[in-house]
Parts: sequence; structure tokens; C-alpha cells
Amino acid sequence: MAERIVIDPITRIEGHLRVEIEVKDGKITDAYSAGTMVRGIETILKGRDPRDAWAFVGRVCGVCTSTHSLTSVRTVENALGIAVPPNAELIRNLMANALYIQDHVVHFYQLHALDWVDVVSALKANPAEASKIAQSISPWPKSSVGYFTDIQKKFKTFVESGQLGIFANGYWGHKAYKLPPEVNLIAVAHYLEALEWQKELVKVHTIFGGKNPHPNYLVGGVPCSINIDEANAVNAERLAFVGQLFEDAKTFVDQVYIPDLLAVASFYKDWGAIGGGLTNYLSFGDFPSNGYDNPDSFKMPRGAILGRDLSKIHEVKPEDPEQIQEYINNSWYEYSGGKESGLHPWNGETKFNYTGPKPPYDHLDFSKQYSWVKTPRWKGHPMEVGPLARCLVGYASGRADYKEVIEGALKALDVPVAALFSTLGRTAARGLETKLTCGWALEFYQQLLANIKNGDSRTQNNVKWDPESWPKQARGIGMVEAPRGALSHFIVIEDKKIANYQLVVPTTWNASPRDAKGQRSAYEESLIGTPIADTKNPIEVLRTIHSFDPCLACAVHLYDENGTTIHEVKTY
Amino acid sequence: MENQNLTFYEELRGKGVSRRDFLKFCTTMAAFLGLEASGVSQIAKAFETKPRLPVIWFHFQECTCCSESFIRASHPIVADIVLNKISLDYQETLMAASGTAAEDAYKAVMAKYPGEYIVMVEGSIPTENEAYCCIGGRSALQILQEAVKNCKAVVAWGNCASAGCVQAAHPNPTGAKPVHKVISGKPVINVQGCPPIADVMAGVVVHLLTFDRIPQLDGMNRPKAFYSRRVHDTCYRRANFDAGLFVESFDDEGAKRGYCLYKMGCKGPVTYNSCGIIKWNDGVSYPIQSGHPCIGCSEEGFWDNGPFYQHLPEVAGFGIETTADNVGLGLGIATVAGMAAHAIVTNVRKHKEIVNEPEEGSKVKTPKV
Repeated sequence: MAERIVIDPITRIEGHLRVEIEVKDGKITDAYSAGTMVRGIETILKGRDPRDAWAFVGRVCGVCTSTHSLTSVRTVENALGIAVPPNAELIRNLMANALYIQDHVVHFYQLHALDWVDVVSALKANPAEASKIAQSISPWPKSSVGYFTDIQKKFKTFVESGQLGIFANGYWGHKAYKLPPEVNLIAVAHYLEALEWQKELVKVHTIFGGKNPHPNYLVGGVPCSINIDEANAVNAERLAFVGQLFEDAKTFVDQVYIPDLLAVASFYKDWGAIGGGLTNYLSFGDFPSNGYDNPDSFKMPRGAILGRDLSKIHEVKPEDPEQIQEYINNSWYEYSGGKESGLHPWNGETKFNYTGPKPPYDHLDFSKQYSWVKTPRWKGHPMEVGPLARCLVGYASGRADYKEVIEGALKALDVPVAALFSTLGRTAARGLETKLTCGWALEFYQQLLANIKNGDSRTQNNVKWDPESWPKQARGIGMVEAPRGALSHFIVIEDKKIANYQLVVPTTWNASPRDAKGQRSAYEESLIGTPIADTKNPIEVLRTIHSFDPCLACAVHLYDENGTTIHEVKTY
Repeated sequence: MENQNLTFYEELRGKGVSRRDFLKFCTTMAAFLGLEASGVSQIAKAFETKPRLPVIWFHFQECTCCSESFIRASHPIVADIVLNKISLDYQETLMAASGTAAEDAYKAVMAKYPGEYIVMVEGSIPTENEAYCCIGGRSALQILQEAVKNCKAVVAWGNCASAGCVQAAHPNPTGAKPVHKVISGKPVINVQGCPPIADVMAGVVVHLLTFDRIPQLDGMNRPKAFYSRRVHDTCYRRANFDAGLFVESFDDEGAKRGYCLYKMGCKGPVTYNSCGIIKWNDGVSYPIQSGHPCIGCSEEGFWDNGPFYQHLPEVAGFGIETTADNVGLGLGIATVAGMAAHAIVTNVRKHKEIVNEPEEGSKVKTPKV
């Protein structure tokens, strides 16, 4: 008989995610993923000034902060036909690069590492041995015997205090942990270093956007002006600061993140055959080096892969109503044309209809609707989005930089290409694209300097700033490869106001419930067949779910007023 | 295990932090809190003698920007020590445990430290239908109301928990409400902003630990130490406002010289926050310094306070609009209520130096000195 296990809350993610699995004979036989929070930002956007939208949708997510704002300004610019100055494009790229690097490092250490690293085991490590291992895999200077002895001592004091804080109730000692104590100790040291380090690179956002989280964006360009003769603008000192931050980030990624990733992966090669799930991958591509309207100039190529066939890249056109549809068969919404139809986001409807159990509840009924997440499909196919999808599209497109890092990692780990289609592959792909991003950021930075040197300091195109210059009706689409995957916004502008705004976000693709044909989306599919050693401590589920880097606030933003009040709340 | 709660100072020493560094940290926090020199010793004493404060940190309708801001605290010792020192026993973004193991963590705190623990909340609470936000099968409201019953105080992080933020913007489809509207009988500290500045968050935590009581609050329940000054009054571009030097369109000559952003819609004159003083991310910059007008994110209902790029309409108690326009157009200058007399004299003098040749694409007149 199958055993039903509920994991709610899934922690170390953004947002509220519930996973229920069925386990039979030590393996997962079925899985359901449910988003359990909703806010309704799209409804709130209706009737507002399109130039303000970036700030509203920016608040969809504070972890991948800035990514929705960037998508929004691209969407409005697409609708109104605005081309941003080259410097603005480069500054946007730099801000997105900074986000990628910071977000991926934080994901690896703060959100994902504890699935692979047993922090308690680190107490048993021999610091001299840890130092030897650290020095053998990286030139990173913080690797002396004294350093690891000190870290271990600090951690021991912490554990002995009896209050474990964020480390309380972890799966410590679980037999699925395979790292030797010394590698665990190195990872613990780098967990703490990464926590310190992560707040540095985001200063790129602060310099160009004034703050982080939630830096400022602007339709038509970027809000900061460049003036190398002025203390009050982006000047030589600010630019040098940006350059230094990226140089430091590259050092950290090359000398800490990548060596750790490969070291940890080498003990978990069995996970190169677990958690693959879907066989279709989608990337919108990003990081334009010659204008966003020219996808050929993207550092990350656009395309789709079906059935893991790396010999063919399918063309992706999100504006084509035949390509992207959203379904609600298993979501708490309704369509005027019935629950079975799929709608392209420009024609999207989002009428709310909660049919789930009244809280508190023990189980959701999966024979009915069970999530606030809609179900998007590309030409009817469920697609995985994210770092793995991007790496596969880059690899299959024959891009030299992708080939180099991917083949290098496969060789270092001595695993076949097929190992990419897995939980381990997903986690590795995130690190490899971080390495690529560090290189691109420095290229964009040099281009920005060259432009300024050549006398171009423009950062904003004001031609269509005045709403009086807009057409009566316009619609636009904006795409971004967010750290978590393919992100798209759709806008309809009427009489200078937002008439409709829809978001199809990465975690909607990955975390959605089944579609009308019963096809599972990425999270659910990837869990099937995963071995579970101890149903009371299902760490294996976390490994695969975390390998996607879930962001549920992003996935669940859809809402339209149509619910009935099932509970009156007294205020005060 | 109860007897093993080390004080902050003991833990610091255990972690190899010197007394000198410890005092440096205390001084920094005292400065942020606006305390007199004697405050340093109060903070130091508190850290040396008080047991660790158990904290339960909930996420409801939110985007996790508050957690992200919190871990950006600029002083290294803040990230390392405050994060650990407050004994963050439940924090979904960072904690190792998931599912029932995670829930057990906060239930244990509630059972073990009644009347002692602090509840920190990130996010608003939906009231239109409780099913709009459920964790572990229970609604945000059920979880919150149970948790605050025996807590010492509640910290409402950010605009969501303090005022409902973006999801409470018109038409507020989920009936999102801030913490203070769904609970009663407990002190609630609204640490405003979207998100709050990291060092402000750290400052509030340090205050709770040091003085064993909640900080002085303003009428919106915001700590006075950080929310008693208008962004406008602490803005380094204020002199440009006084002199009538305004950005007229983004990236114009005025923008390249760092002129005042009032006409681009800056909400600094009606926003109370520490952006101009503490700044963001280790003091690197703040929105106005990086060329974007303040959107007023530490104020209740700022999302519905007019389009962001339309400059302030007739806000009650704020009468400078006509004046600023006229000054910017070079038509004249009037006294602004509350402006210091010597500033007016200076500004009139500066104003005379503004030449009347409009530059292409810009209404700003460049002063010739």
C-alpha cells in the first residue's frame, strides 16, 4: 500500500509550497505540487499608468529582485515601440548579471547546500585534512589549518549552546548524506563566507538603481545618469566600484562556488540519474549584446528542446497564440469558455474560484483543483525552464562558451551527457551558467566604458515618455531569462492605462499542477521514481525540489475577484 | 538545555570576536539608533548579560524582500551575530528543516518560552478568504493569532506587515491586512519600507535586546529613531530644491548634475524614512542619489498615492507645489514654509545666477558661476 507524505512548508525557497507524495516500496509513485498563497497583483495593475508597472510587478519577488521590473519595462517598451540607448541596455545587463551571480550563489549555499551537507558531521572533521582538500581544489586563500580549526570551534560552540536556530530539526545524520566530515566542514565555512559575500555584489543594483532589494527601473532606459565630471552621477569612481565588484564576484565563483560544486557533486553522482523528470526544455534567451530586438546577439540563446533531442532547436515565439497557452483544469480559477480551454496570455482570463478545503486541513483533494498556480504549456507540451534548460539550449545551439564549461564539468566528474538530465545536472547547470555570467558581465562592463570613452553618455530615451505621444491602443510582450527560468509579461494598453497585464513566470512552468491530458509539470514529474530511504525524513524530495530553486510568490500572482467569504474576520 | 543559553557576548567571545570589535559593533548600533554616548555602554551591557532572544519569523503574503534585506545588514558583525544571536528558531527562507519538522521548531519555542519570544512577521494577512494564504494546511490568520497569544511583542517587517503593501493596493482583491489590524493586545512595531533598510532592521532588533522594551514609536507605530525625518529634509539634493534647480526630464542636463527630482514625482516631501541618512547596502547610495524619485515606500497606501512620475498634487499640509514650478521655470521665488532664513537668502542669490537660455530638450537653466 502506498504511503501518503505531506511536506508543507517546503522551506529554503521563496513563497509557500506544499508537496504531497505517494511512496511505495521505497520509491515515489506519485507527486502533487501546490502553491498555497495568492495576492492578485495583476488585478491591482488594471487602470494604472504603464510606466509605474515595473514597481508593482517588482514586488512579485524580492529574491530574484529586479527581474520582474526589467521584464515590465521591456514589455511597455515593446508595446510603445521604444528603443533604449545602448548604455541603458548594458546597465540593465549588468544589473541582471549581478542578480544571477548573487542569486545562484545564495541558492547553492543558503538554500540548497543543507540537502547535501551535514553540518553536524563537520564537527568530526580533521581541520588539517580539510585544509589539504581545500588547497588541492582551489587557490582560495582562506584554507589554512588554523582557519578551519577556528570555524569548527565557532560552530561547536554554536551547537553546544543548545539553540540551533536555523539549523534546528535538520535531517542531520541521515544516511543519504555522503560527504566526508572534512568536505562538510569546508562547505560550512563557505556557507558562512557566502552569507557575508552575497551582500557585496548587490551593490551594483544600489549604484545603478539606488537600493537592493527592489532597485529602481525606468521605461525608456535607466534612471541613473552618467557624467564622469560630476560627483552626483555615475562617474569614474562609481564605474570603478562596479568593475571591482564583478572582479571580486568572478574570483569567488571561480575559487569557491565552482570547486565546491564539483567536489560535492563527485560524492553524489548517483543523483545524475535521479530527478530528470520532463524531457522538454524552454529558454527565451537573454543578455543582448546588440539590442533586445536582435535575439541572435543574445549571450543566452533562445529555443526549445523536445524529447531530449539535442540535435534540434525549435523556434520559440511567445507572441504566437498557438505556442503558449495557460490552463486551469487543476487550479482554483475559472474561464468563461470553460475549464478545459487554454488561453494565450494576451487574452488571458483569471476568474478566481476556490474549491479547496477550508483551513485548517490535513490533505488537499487531488481529484479536484489543488493549486493557485495555473498550468502553462508550449505547443501543448509541459516544459522545464531554468538553468538546465538554458544550458541545454546553449549546448545544443553549439555555443562555444557553453560547450567548454559543460564538457569541462562532465569530464571533471567523469559522467556522460545524459547525467545532465537530472537533479544533479540541474544543480550543476546553475553553477556553470554563473561562471559564464561572470565573464559576460566583465564584457558588458568594458563595452559600457568604451561607449562613455567615445562620448556616448545617454541612458534614457524620452521620446515616448509623454502619454500624449502614445497610440490609443497598444499591446506588448516582454521576456527575460530570470535566474529561475523563462519569464514573460504581456500588456494591453488602452487610453494610456493598463487594460490587461499577465505574467507567465518560471515557477508557473515548473510548479504547476497537471493539465487537461493529465500531463505532469516539472516538479511533479521529476519526483517520480525517486528513492525515499526514510519516509519520516524525506530529504530526497527536498534535493530535487530545491534543484529547481522554487519561487512561489512568482508563480502565484493571478487572481480575479469572484470568491465567496467563508470566514468573517473581526478587525481590531 | 535551558541553562545553556549563552549571552551574545559569550557567544561572540566563543566565536573569536575581540572585545574591541564587540564595542565597535555596539557603537555602530548606538549611532544608528541615535543614542547618546551612554547608549553604547547600555548596548554593550545588554549583550554581555542578556540571554538569547527566541524569535519566530513568519512569511505570509509577501515576496521575501524583507528577509533578503535583513541578510544585507552592512556591518559584518550584524550579519553574523544578530542572525544567530536572536536564536532564529523558525525562518522559512533560511531554516534547514521542512514540513512538520519545521512546524515543530516554532511550536517548541511557543511551549518553552511563553511571554518571552518575539514574533516577527513578513507579509500581510488575507481576510477576504483565509485560503488565500495557507502554510501546513493552516491559514496565515490561524497561525498568527495562535503564535502571538503568548509572545512578548510583534515586529511587523516592511510595508506588507505594517500596512498591506502592494497586495492591499486598490482594489485589494485578497482583503490583505497588516498585522496590527488582525491581532490585539500585543505591542506591534511597524518597521516600514519596501523593504526596510537592512541596518534599520538590525537597529530595531538591537533595541529590543538592549532595552528590553519596544522603541519609541510614531503615530504609525514606526520606531521614531528611523522614521521621524522626511526623506526630503535629509536629502543631499535638498540644496538644489531650495535653489530651484530641478530635473525636468530623465537624463537631462539637470539629471546629469544631480538636481532635485521633485518635478519627476519625488515623494520625499511626504515620506518618513532613513534613506538620506543611513542609505542602502552599506551606505552605497539611495534611490534619489541614483537618479530615481522616491516612491514613498515606507508610507501606508503609497501604491495608491498617485502615479509615481506625477509630482505631488495637493497633499494636505504641503504647500510648495506652485512655488517649485515657478522657481524651476525661472519666474520667481517665494518663501517656503519651514525653510531657514539664511537658506532663502542664499537661494535668491543663486536664483539670480540662473541664465535664461533653455537647453535643447530641457527646461533646466544651468547656473553660471
